Amino acid sequence: MTGMRYLKNVTTLKLDPERCLGCGLCLEVCPQAVLALAVGKAVIADRDACMECGACALNCPAGALEVQAGVGCAQAVINGALGRGGGSACCCSPDSRSVGGCC
Amino acid sequence: MNQPFVSGALETPAGQVPRVTSRLTFADRLGGCKARWGLGRMNYKVDPGLYALHSPGDSSPVLVTANYKLTLDALRRELGGLDAWILVVDTNGINVWCAAGKGTFGTEGVAAAIRDHGLEKVVSHRRVILPQLGAPGAAAHELKRLSGFGAVFGPIAASHLPVFLARGLKATPVMRKKQFPWRERAVLIPMELVAALKWGLMIAAALTILGGLGPGSFSGSYLANALGHGLWAGAAVLWAALAGSVGGPLLLPWLPGRAFALKGLWLGLGAWLALTALARPAPLEGLGWLGLMLALVSFLVMNFTGASTYTSLSGVKKEMRWAVPAQIGLGALGLIAWLASPWLV
Repeated sequence: MTGMRYLKNVTTLKLDPERCLGCGLCLEVCPQAVLALAVGKAVIADRDACMECGACALNCPAGALEVQAGVGCAQAVINGALGRGGGSACCCSPDSRSVGGCC
Repeated sequence: MNQPFVSGALETPAGQVPRVTSRLTFADRLGGCKARWGLGRMNYKVDPGLYALHSPGDSSPVLVTANYKLTLDALRRELGGLDAWILVVDTNGINVWCAAGKGTFGTEGVAAAIRDHGLEKVVSHRRVILPQLGAPGAAAHELKRLSGFGAVFGPIAASHLPVFLARGLKATPVMRKKQFPWRERAVLIPMELVAALKWGLMIAAALTILGGLGPGSFSGSYLANALGHGLWAGAAVLWAALAGSVGGPLLLPWLPGRAFALKGLWLGLGAWLALTALARPAPLEGLGWLGLMLALVSFLVMNFTGASTYTSLSGVKKEMRWAVPAQIGLGALGLIAWLASPWLV
């Protein structure tokens, strides 16, 4: 059983340790516990858990994180390929990614 | 103010604010249930603005959320008897996480809501609590610059809010990690089922019509063929639609493989084995069903990536590069085998 782990070696997440201030905000916003703090700097502790939501990069005050953010939704990819607008993407069926239980 | 779930108003220095309680009425529950089945779901909204949960004062916390009614209801239900301000941002009736991903829940929108609804007159502190799943769209440090209000990210689940507030706005690692337990997967089944059956019924009808074609079709046995060969294939398709839309979400963690399309192939194989054990088709006819069912179930489970909580866009694109050609190929081979089978038995 592989449980709920998605594909390996696909994420576009990049961390520049030179820029990192060690504030830890990225750890707070990541919903998959991808990042950790080690000796005052953020490190990518669980790269394959990254779902490329973009929360860490947007909330990094130092611009140390970079990711091609997007929503992992096959229906949205199909809609895009067929030239249908992203506005009505599936995906956002409100429920899966909500407080109670996207897209 | 003029919404059925609002009970009265609270006078504030910024004017009257609608008051809500944590008690959900029958109408709230019925509305939520309908939204889960896709009825009026794209228009299940509340008016954006500031709401008072019970009797908040100028030092009460401010919780920011989306104007999807299911979201607001979950929030007020989970807050129990607490007093709080709820600032509802206009996300066009989409939940926080999806809206953040699409850009309708964002730093500018939150800052505008803070300004437009006079939050600085209502509370004496200068801090709002953003939902953690809003972080792909809203940046805490930018909000401070735009609105003067600092932001703390609250827990992912509304049910953790009371503990988060009691601990002085500190979240534990558990509160920060998105889980996808069976209950959360199960509530998604109705939407999956409705979509799958819509397509499933159309394909089943087409197969029933095509199924009339066989030896003797033009000498009187068309109808008998359609009702036998054709209807059975239609049943196989509907069984596949059911397996993909119900079995996929429920069995997700236990289906082998990481790619959703692969999980769907295994599930489709299982559904086919169960059906053939029961229906005992001729070999070629059974192989035809296999191709059709594998294609359909794999496609349905692949489409569940969008509703799941842990897939990345790069990963979805990677699996689709092999999965979509495979699904088309399996479906086409299955159709050919099934169409040929009456002649070759």
